[in-house]
Amino acid sequence: MFLQLLVSGISIGSIYALVALAMVIIYKTSEVPNFAQGEMAMISTFVAFMFLDTFGQSFLVSFTGALVFAIVLGIFLEFVFLRRAKDPNVLSLILITLGFEMMLYGLASWKWGAEQQSLPFPVSDFDIVNLGQAVVSYLNIATLLVTLFLMFILFLFFKYTKVGIGMKATQQNMIAARINGIRANRILSITWGMSSFIGAVAGMMLAPIATLDPNLMMDPLLKGFAAAVLGGMTTLVGSAIGGYILGIIETLFGGYVSLQFKSIVAFLIIVLVLCFKPSGLFAKHYVRRV
Amino acid sequence: MDTVEKKIQPDFFSVHNLTIAFGGLKAVDNISFRVAKESIFSIIGPNGAGKTTIFNCINGLYQPDSGKIVFKGEDIIGLKPHKIAMKGIARTFQNIELFSRMTTMENLMLGRHIHIKTGVLSGATFFRRKSPAAREEIKHRERVEQIIDLLDLQAARNQFVGGLPYGTQKLIELGRALALEPKLLLLDEPSAGMNTEEKQDLIFWIKDIQDELGVTILLIEHDMKVVMDISDRILAINFGKFITEGSPEEVQKHPEVLKAYLGEDEIIEQTA
Repeated sequence: MFLQLLVSGISIGSIYALVALAMVIIYKTSEVPNFAQGEMAMISTFVAFMFLDTFGQSFLVSFTGALVFAIVLGIFLEFVFLRRAKDPNVLSLILITLGFEMMLYGLASWKWGAEQQSLPFPVSDFDIVNLGQAVVSYLNIATLLVTLFLMFILFLFFKYTKVGIGMKATQQNMIAARINGIRANRILSITWGMSSFIGAVAGMMLAPIATLDPNLMMDPLLKGFAAAVLGGMTTLVGSAIGGYILGIIETLFGGYVSLQFKSIVAFLIIVLVLCFKPSGLFAKHYVRRV
Repeated sequence: MDTVEKKIQPDFFSVHNLTIAFGGLKAVDNISFRVAKESIFSIIGPNGAGKTTIFNCINGLYQPDSGKIVFKGEDIIGLKPHKIAMKGIARTFQNIELFSRMTTMENLMLGRHIHIKTGVLSGATFFRRKSPAAREEIKHRERVEQIIDLLDLQAARNQFVGGLPYGTQKLIELGRALALEPKLLLLDEPSAGMNTEEKQDLIFWIKDIQDELGVTILLIEHDMKVVMDISDRILAINFGKFITEGSPEEVQKHPEVLKAYLGEDEIIEQTA
């Protein structure tokens, strides 16, 4: 039982980790938690569904199309709304993201309705391998591999590339970044595109095991946010680990203690982290700017 | 202005009729000046005179209402700050703008940003020591090490800058500006918060930067000793308006400068 719960925990933890990464990427550059993250991912997943179901395209075309759509959506939202904000402070930017959230939710409800769909997926949740006592589906394995791969790519990107370092610099001090030749606006666009891409991956990995409707990402978004707070909003690796920890704790809690109160664990964790280590478990040298 | 000098030395950097207003307040009002190549040009004036505002216009952080800023024959008004950086204009700030959660080394490497050519793919995959990306990185690091040696920053190399003493942070910011290999360097009160000894070092370094690196320097400075020591030309402004411009000797004697800058009481003290 324990092993089985662990497997499920890691699997759902991967989704949380992806959502947390998507959040942290934007937070790192602009200190704004993007509450539209979930809806952006949900819409992108619906786009994949539309390609597959309505246009009858192959998986490759559909998923690539949806990911490209996600990138464009992210860049579009940043460019059209956030950048126009006059003299923005963090609070007003957060409110703008909440506005997107409602807008996108409404759009999805209007276009696809509240009807519950299921997203076909090339990897099945019913093909399984036995791992000792536990059963692991191919989809579980695929989710884990995709997440680890993306994490690795992101790590390299932020650590070693000029654009990645430019993002880090923009977050720490935008004025200094600009006068050193970093195109801060461009950096923000890239950030939103990347974040939206990762969110969409999470959405598409989640949809086959959940039901595809406009509420698809509601719960994972909050969990992903909790995971990011747990691991530290400023660290990519930390927030991803936070996602796994949360997934595992939550599933174990659901298995051994109470299934009904499973979701509460995430919020309990947020509260505890904020009380005892507000910067998150894995955030180093985070100094709050006054 | 000085027409003789103008004939000998064509304009390297010049500001023409620069004006910018915030609400009804004209922070900079019709200011013009020319800076000769490889000279040190200082702007003095009391607090709130508009000195930093002029710098912010040169940098592209502010868009002036009217006027021209000509750098190497090209009007740079309207260009974004990163474009202006690429033209070779670097600066330091009065209230230090560093990447406080990075080390000194990382801060200086960011100063190299415009010179780094490695793309995303080769940057993310430089695992071999001989790869072009690795070689480029080494080249830039060497350049940064030279700056660290020049400014005596060895002890701070791998420390997070946020926790370092104020004077050291000022130097790191200067170092980062140098890492950009500027043609024109804007220094906004570089000696603020430094003790006499540190100021003495700073004067030498600024001289070195001018002489050895051939950088033209635009300086805002409150310490009159520093200004008079190193400036080739000085512009005095007050309330955003031009007062006088000339050599240190000329400016020092100008009655309006004495009045605006030192206050009436001090004139009496000085003459007494």
